[in-house]
Formats: sequence, C-alpha cells, structure tokens
Amino acid sequence: MLINDGIITLEELKKALPPEERYGKGPVAIIECLQDIPCDPCVSACPVKAIKMKEGITDRPILDFDKCTGCGLCIPKCPGLAIFVVQKNIAPGKASISMSHELLPIPLKDQMVTLLDRAGKTVGEGKVLRVINPPAYDKTAVVTVEVPEEKVMDVRAIRVNAGGQP
Amino acid sequence: MSRNTEVFVIGGGPAGLSAAIVAAELGAQTLLVDDSAKLGGQLIKQTHRFFGSSNRDAGIRGISIADKLCEDVKNLKDRLCVLENTAAVGFYSNNEAGILSQNAYERVSYQRAIVCTGATENSLAFENNDLPGVYGAGGVQTLMNVHGIRPGQKILMIGSGNIGLIVSYQLIQAGVDVVGLVEGLPTIGGYLVHASKIRRLGVPIYTSHTILSALGETQVEGATLCQVDDRFRPIPNTEFDVECDCICLAVGLTPLIDLFQQAKCRMVHIGELGGLVPLHDSSMKTTNPEIFVAGDASGIEEATTAILGGRIAGARAYESLYGSNDKVEQIVAEAKEELKTLRSGSTGERIRWGRERVLQEVGAC
Repeated sequence: MLINDGIITLEELKKALPPEERYGKGPVAIIECLQDIPCDPCVSACPVKAIKMKEGITDRPILDFDKCTGCGLCIPKCPGLAIFVVQKNIAPGKASISMSHELLPIPLKDQMVTLLDRAGKTVGEGKVLRVINPPAYDKTAVVTVEVPEEKVMDVRAIRVNAGGQP
Repeated sequence: MSRNTEVFVIGGGPAGLSAAIVAAELGAQTLLVDDSAKLGGQLIKQTHRFFGSSNRDAGIRGISIADKLCEDVKNLKDRLCVLENTAAVGFYSNNEAGILSQNAYERVSYQRAIVCTGATENSLAFENNDLPGVYGAGGVQTLMNVHGIRPGQKILMIGSGNIGLIVSYQLIQAGVDVVGLVEGLPTIGGYLVHASKIRRLGVPIYTSHTILSALGETQVEGATLCQVDDRFRPIPNTEFDVECDCICLAVGLTPLIDLFQQAKCRMVHIGELGGLVPLHDSSMKTTNPEIFVAGDASGIEEATTAILGGRIAGARAYESLYGSNDKVEQIVAEAKEELKTLRSGSTGERIRWGRERVLQEVGAC
C-alpha cells in the first residue's frame, strides 16, 4: 500500500482514473496525488480550469476528465511529480505516457529507454516520442514515451541508459 | 566596538530574512546577522520544487526562493544592514547582545530582537554510529548541493519524513545509489508523492524497520537492519545486512534555543513542535517583550511557514516600536490567513495541536 511502501496499488489508484471511455477521446491527465497535503500549483497550471480542490489547498486535486484536454501543462508544475498524461491507442497495441523527468541525462527523441513501474522494476523498453524542456519548465523536462498499451498503467518512470542513443 | 540598531535579526534563513525584510520595509533600522557565508539558511540546499500555495512560492525551487529573498534584502540596503559569517553569541541585560565575526567581537544595542536560529539535527543511537560515513541529512545536502561533493557512492537513508524522502531524491539526482530507506513506524512519515518518486526509481522503503549497527572497521561498509514491532522493539531473527558506504540520518530536528534561554525567555516542551521552544503569542513575541521568534526555533515546520512566521514577527516587532498602521495589519492578516490554510488538513494536524498548546500556555502565564 502507498502509505507503507510508496507504491500506489491499482485499487488505490481507481479514484484518480478517468472512466474507460474517456481514453477514446484523446490524451488525458492522471493525477496520482492521493493525500491531502497543502499544495495547489496544478490548479493554476491548468489552462482550461479542469483541476479543482473542493476545500482549499489541503484537499486532493479533482480532475474534470471531460474538460481535460491532455495538454500536459500541469505535469512540470507538480512538485510531487505525480501527474501523468496517458494516450491510449496511438498505434495498434501502443499507448504513450508523459511524465516529469529530473535526472540527467535528459533523453533524446527516438531514443530507446528502460521503462520502470511504480516499484522501480523494469517492465520493458520504450521509444521516446517527445521531450519538452523549455526554460519556463525550470529544469523539469516532460518526456513522452511509447509503451505497450497493456503496460500504460504500470510505467511511471524511465531510466536513460548510456549507449541508448537513437 | 559596538553597533546600534532598532531591530536585530539573528539568522538569515527563510524566517530571519522575511522578518528583516518586513521590519526594514516598514521603516525600522534593521541589522541581520548570519553565521554562514551565504544568506538563505537551508533554502540554498533545496533544489526541489516547493509545495504550498501558488500565491506564495509553491512550485518554485527552494534555491530560487532564497535568491528572491536576497534580492529583496539588497533593495533595502539603506535600512537593512547584513553581516554574514557573523554569529550571535550571547544576550546580556540592557538590550545588548554579542556578535562574533571572523575574529572580531562586537556588542549590539538593539530595541527589539527577532531570533530565527532554526534547528539542529537529531542523531540516532545504534552500534558504530560514530564511524566515518555516518552523516546528518543536512550535512549531506550541504556537501552535495552547496559544494557539489557526493558524500559516497551507495547510501542508506534513515527516516521517512520529508527530509529523508527529498534528500534521497536529490542523492539519486546527484548520481548516488540509494540502497534503501528505513523507517521505524509502519507508515511513511512524509508526503507520499515524495515516497512514490524515489520508489519508482528503485529505492526500497523499509517501514517497521530500524538500523541495529553500522558495519566496518574504519569507515562505513554496510549496515545491519531488522524489523521492529509496534513498540519499536527489534524482532529477533529478522536481521539482514545491506552494503553501503554512507548512512544518512534524517530523524528529525530540534529547535536551536540557547539564545532564548540566555535572554530569559520562558520555555515550554512541546513534542509536536520538536522539543523545547520559547513560549510565544500569536504575534511571535516571547515572554521577554523585547524578543520575538520565528521559523524552526518556534517549532519545527518548513520553509513556507517559516517565511510567514518571520513576516508576522517583523511586522509586530516594528509595531511594538512605532505603533500600528494599515500596512502592519495587512501583512499580519495575510500571513495568518496563509498559515491557517497551510496548516489545515490531516497533514497539519500535529502542528495545529502543538501551536494550540503554545497559545494555551501563553494564556496561562
């Protein structure tokens, strides 16, 4: 369980997930922030005001999945690096996941990277589709990787290996 | 030699900087001393983005917050004098204090003092805890984030509060292998998003575990861990060894309070605030009416609340000299509102309880 080992179980994650049919409408954010900590930068990061906190900043963020466009602007603003954008079916059997990446080296587009799950276990390799790292993101790069669709709820980090250049 | 100042601020961390900035902005001649070479306190080691309200610095890295505060200090140089590498070494009667810089000793005559001395790190008793390679988390952060030196190659972290979790993440960023994080309680103490961040980079989190001993003859070569029961007693036959060349202790902080005791402020022990703290009211005034307190010295919390406490102390110290005005009341009202918000919710429970007790004790005085 999250509070014992830092690993969110799929059961715990349920309340943060969009309904299954939402994935058919394009990319969508998943906010894996399940504790009522005093923090709110995601709320102001969202250009379409899809993120709300009911009872002030110690509440959990609630995402309106219908409003969310999956733009990913909230990803680098989250101090907990807890926001991911998932897009299913980008190609047959393929999905993509976007996440914050604050470790060197920053991967390059088309580079193959190791995919890690929430426990840091290797679950395969994936191709980097996109790297966004402008000065406004202040050294938090947002990396999008291609993953097998059945692994998109597992992959939550990458390891960039030396020699994995495109 | 001696100096005169209206407001004397001790400590250039987030609380002291904020207190000095507010006091000087309002119009008081202010002297700020800090014993390190660079202002900012612990902020200069905080490379991660801060939590909190986006109205005040959330989402910004701690080191950038330090830069911002130092910029404000610079812009106030007409009224705000800063002495770095200068330690406050004692309070005397008649509103006098002693400061020591390099090798020169001076006396400071002040009308109000705001003491923001922060905290010291707790240690932990275990066999061989004096071996070279056993560090406090603050020391690790200083080496790594201030001086650019890795403390080791393989490090074991003790303590799952936010400091243990965040320093583990920073160590990974610096290229250090974090072999595990040990926590005596059955649950993680800090924010769970921080825990998930290091967990998905492969750091095992051992809750309900403790360290029994550091291994090695002349330096740390490993550690023996074991499980503990619900009363923190080691469970026999659960011992196992991990290999590491460094052990980092992040097992809490204790307010640094010697100066308050010298200044004859009444102290109170409140476990939720980290131990002995000077009694103080909601304007951060201690039982010595010339001495104010802010930051971790008033109870262990974090940098954003230290900034807000510092702003209240700075404004109230000014007010006690010159009387109130709209700006004073606005600064205090805004800071109090923000503090209330930050301390709400379940993660703020201990702090709310601790602060409530301080106010009760003051009321009983």
